[in-house]
Amino acid sequence: MHTKPVATYRTRLLPLLAFLLLAAGPFVLPVYWTFILTEILIMALFAMSFNLLMGYTGLLSFGQAGFFGTGAYAAALVILKGGGSLWLALAAAPLAAALAALVIGYLCVRRDEIYFAMITLGFGMMLYTLAHNWIEISGGSDGLPLAAIPPLNLGALRISLFNPVAMYLLVLCTTALGALFLQRVVRSPFGLMLTAIRENRDRLAFVGADVRRVRLVAFVIAGAVSGLAGALFCLFNGMATPDFMHWSFSARPVLMTVLGGAGVFWGPAFGAAVFFILEQLTTQITENWMIVLGAVLIPVVVFFPKGILGTWLHFLKNRRSQRS
Amino acid sequence: MNSQPILKIAHLGHSYGKFPVIRDISLEVDRGSLTALIGPNGAGKTTFYNAVSGRFRPTRGQVFFDGREITGMPAHKIVSLGLLRSFQITNIFPNLTVIENVLVPLVLQHGKSCALWRRLQAEDKLYRQAEAVLDKIGILDAAGRPACELAYGDRRRVEMAIVLARQPKLVLLDEPTAGMNPEETEQMVQLIRELAEHFGTTFFLTEHDMRVVFSVAAKIFVLHQGHLLAAGSPQAIRENRRVREAYLGGSTDA
Repeated sequence: MHTKPVATYRTRLLPLLAFLLLAAGPFVLPVYWTFILTEILIMALFAMSFNLLMGYTGLLSFGQAGFFGTGAYAAALVILKGGGSLWLALAAAPLAAALAALVIGYLCVRRDEIYFAMITLGFGMMLYTLAHNWIEISGGSDGLPLAAIPPLNLGALRISLFNPVAMYLLVLCTTALGALFLQRVVRSPFGLMLTAIRENRDRLAFVGADVRRVRLVAFVIAGAVSGLAGALFCLFNGMATPDFMHWSFSARPVLMTVLGGAGVFWGPAFGAAVFFILEQLTTQITENWMIVLGAVLIPVVVFFPKGILGTWLHFLKNRRSQRS
Repeated sequence: MNSQPILKIAHLGHSYGKFPVIRDISLEVDRGSLTALIGPNGAGKTTFYNAVSGRFRPTRGQVFFDGREITGMPAHKIVSLGLLRSFQITNIFPNLTVIENVLVPLVLQHGKSCALWRRLQAEDKLYRQAEAVLDKIGILDAAGRPACELAYGDRRRVEMAIVLARQPKLVLLDEPTAGMNPEETEQMVQLIRELAEHFGTTFFLTEHDMRVVFSVAAKIFVLHQGHLLAAGSPQAIRENRRVREAYLGGSTDA
């Protein structure tokens, strides 16, 4: 009896193919689009970490930018005051964000749904205010500009990240590793606990799970990966500013996840791409980008609640099962 | 075999605000028995189950399970001691497949709920155990289907599989045949009897359907307006005048 889902070549090969295509991107695309792609990848990682909470665990975190920003500031502080190692900056960011998520999550995971969303929103804005007003550490509203970005140190090789292609490839590799990590988590026994919480947390508690603890672990993991994305964003922009932590920044992964598909693993990445490409195409024609975004988002939510990628995958699956 | 009762309730009471829903209930459930708790709507059956299974701390009294006091323990701790329950309204993981539904309790039982770095699919032992449970419950054919796609009776079986996967010592079944047609009810009764024999599990069930109660239970407790009205064999309960007045409405064909 085959009760395990069978992995197809599609699920294994497609991500690899996408990675290779993306790696080749900056060598054929104009520099401007390399910048856009870099930003897409960073936001994709951010949105995928958010999806671990929203799509898999059923927790709408509305303060995820707080952890994104914590990662950005941690990276900036390491670079400016902590010796300036790039690797150290990239390691410190998820650690600092995980620590923040542990403290904040401890208080948040007790509540559900809108209450959870409101508490995370509140904590996110507290972090924002902290970054805005603690001028000695955070530089206040000016943020922390990086005078120099440390070069990528690969043993004998030192690569300057002022080169957009080098920056892009660093972001691509880090995002890919972050995505692999999240995928591993989602497919683990722990990942099953997450979907079980989303599906029915009451039943889960009554088969013996400490729902709060599982949620807290998920919250810390999502926070850490958000922090890693924040560090990349800090390197990419050459600065960390309080804006990275503002609640409107927290709305971005929400929009991207809803666009691509909540609970669909690659959905948020797809949503991030749609978001930025659409923004680029629209702003060439009109300034009213948000109207266009709304015009796309509303029909997606109303008619395709599984998101664009989610609906498409569902369609493919149905067609395949009809054939067999 | 241990002759100590598996469940012992002492003077259990619970009030919502000033309104007492259950009052001074004391009872014992024997190991390996099939016991039923009956009573009209609003008698406090579900409140009683909630207080025992850890949904909330009862305002009065004590609950002992397998010789240990569990009063006020969080639900997941009570479960880990071996007391599981089903719910009146089918309570499963609707968008997970049937086998995933059963894998959830097995992951928890094997202490792997925080195993981040293993692949679930590599857990052959868990899959085999899950398949064995589904086979016993008779829904192995549906293993790969989302649970929400199943017919009502089969969804109730999924819940039964979830509960039994953890090899509980005591199962509280809250109206296991609620909403079932006569055929499904008959199958469920059959299933409960078989499970009691095969697994050696103790069942304590509430039920609306009197035919079910009198055909499966060896001992019956009657709850009326929050307190225990009577206890005894089906025969004794059927003949109990107070029970008939309060509950059966004098009908003897039950």
